[in-house]
Amino acid sequence: MLGFVIQRLAQALIVMLVISMLVFAGVHAIGNPIDLLISPDATQAIRAEAIRAYGLDQPLWKQYLDFLGRLLSGDFGRSFVYNMPVLQLIGSRLPATAELALSAVIGATLLGVPLGIYAGYRPESLFSRLVMALSILGFSVPTFWIGLVLIFTFAVQLGWFPAGGRGETVSLFGVEWSFLTLNGLTHLFLPALNLSLFKFAMMVRLARAGTRETMLTDTVRFARAAGESEWTILSRHVLRLIAIPIVTVFGLELGSTLAFAVVTETIFSWPGLGKLIIDSISSLDRPVMAAYLMLVSFFFILINFAVDIAYAALDPRLRARRAA
Amino acid sequence: MSGTMRNPLLEVTDLVTEFATRKGILRAVDKVSFAIEAGEIVGLVGESGSGKSVTGFSILGLIDPPGRIAGGSVRLGGRELVGLPPAQLRAIRGKAISMVFQDPSATLNPVLTIGTQMHLAIAAHEKTSEAAARARAAEVLARVGIPDARSRLDAHPHQFSGGMRQRVAIAIALLNRPSLIICDEPTTALDVSIQAQILAEMKALARDLGTAMIWISHDLATVSSLARRILVMYAGRIIEQGPVADVLRHPRHPYTAGLIASLPANAEPGRELRQIPGATPSLFDLPPGCAFAPRCAFSSAACAQAPALHHAGPRGWRCHHPRGMEEAR
Repeated sequence: MLGFVIQRLAQALIVMLVISMLVFAGVHAIGNPIDLLISPDATQAIRAEAIRAYGLDQPLWKQYLDFLGRLLSGDFGRSFVYNMPVLQLIGSRLPATAELALSAVIGATLLGVPLGIYAGYRPESLFSRLVMALSILGFSVPTFWIGLVLIFTFAVQLGWFPAGGRGETVSLFGVEWSFLTLNGLTHLFLPALNLSLFKFAMMVRLARAGTRETMLTDTVRFARAAGESEWTILSRHVLRLIAIPIVTVFGLELGSTLAFAVVTETIFSWPGLGKLIIDSISSLDRPVMAAYLMLVSFFFILINFAVDIAYAALDPRLRARRAA
Repeated sequence: MSGTMRNPLLEVTDLVTEFATRKGILRAVDKVSFAIEAGEIVGLVGESGSGKSVTGFSILGLIDPPGRIAGGSVRLGGRELVGLPPAQLRAIRGKAISMVFQDPSATLNPVLTIGTQMHLAIAAHEKTSEAAARARAAEVLARVGIPDARSRLDAHPHQFSGGMRQRVAIAIALLNRPSLIICDEPTTALDVSIQAQILAEMKALARDLGTAMIWISHDLATVSSLARRILVMYAGRIIEQGPVADVLRHPRHPYTAGLIASLPANAEPGRELRQIPGATPSLFDLPPGCAFAPRCAFSSAACAQAPALHHAGPRGWRCHHPRGMEEAR
């Protein structure tokens, strides 16, 4: 196991290095930030001074090495737009996105997996067909449209939930969280629901497909021949046997929701990372873009690593293979 | 036959199991009748698709839709099992009747420890403490020949060899001391040397525990070394039955005779193995009358009528032209 962890760490470092090159190249290709930083009627001398101050007169490879050096020393620079350290800026937005993404993905999994197992266990029942129809809806209807419908129905017409914002927050470990207050929870509900529909649909389909397949195996037949109840078979045998693809998709969805909850955050004016990155792209805020992309890559690596560890916990055969 | 048995443990009468398919109704088990005494080992022999496994599953009530038991009766100690509510059937499965399957690497759950799986099988029928369940599981594992049983409880199936894995499956089937075990080709997937070991051990276990056994196999040789009585199935019907030695020496049904002649042990060295001409008929397209007639060297016009079951002492057969005796006409 230790060898596996070390191997994974080395891989992660290489991936991060490659990502840093891509990020640097990408951000460089987006455009020259100088026009944004100084007033259009500045003199040529001021302009040249600014270019030198930001190191933009250096050859590209030198700029990259400077960029890499600053990253390694933990210096992600200052936002051009907000004029504050990028890390601090991202840190202030991350909890909002984290609680939104986590509640959406966890909620979708806790609801979608049992329903999917049921739909796979009794594929012909009316309830299963209903669940499957809902999952098709979750797959095919665009997020922004569902978001607008949710706001129109539950916020405007019924007035049950607020239409946007985070509501009251409570500070825990020096970070503001919405999910710890009732008011914050009501604010969290609609955007989380909106985000979770697609993931719910995915979990239902995964669990259903896995269950249908597993129910036909001799493992289930043998458990039945031993007189085990259908509940035991589903909860002890089937759930464990279909866990690996579910954990995989859980990780992927968590990563991509953390990174790209843009549409939902915009519709519900949720002050998270998605809104920040869209704003910084439109204002060519290079340090924010770069730090954000590096952070997202880091999340993905971290989540994939956790998923790998989970595989070993879920399937003893993988544990044996890694130890070998 | 079943009539001569005073108190049979299991009595199957006119069992019919059908599967509704797109091409129509497929009758996999057609009016099968037999009885088993307590502690008796009976071999159920036939080619793939002859309905022998479906017969086993029907006894346990484990026929999934689109299949169903369409008729007949299965009595265990006098109690009718066909039509029993699912909860009562479940209480019988694994407790009074258990089953061992062909491929242990497919039957055992790969992600649960042996101990957990054995615990689940015990907990399905009684409330016991974790410790008591473990102790019993270890005892049964040791009984089927697994060394160091107590510590092996925490191992997963992939940490066992094929033969050991099948022993674990057999141990699970034995956990609740059933009066009948249905063994569906449990040694076919194993090495020949392991096969012989497990056969001998199963025979001894059945004798020691007084467990009756239905040994389903396509392999006449295996069955003859194990069972006292043999049932031969063809196209969903039992076409011959009787004491093993007697049937092997004097087969009445031409199909049984063909099976015995095609055994490698009966072949002359250097000559091709004998085989029965033709192939098993599709169950969708059975010939009227005797299903074996198109492949049979002795068939006549009479075979267009389904032969009735003929009895002679412990023997029984369904054939108009039985071998090894003076024909009626």
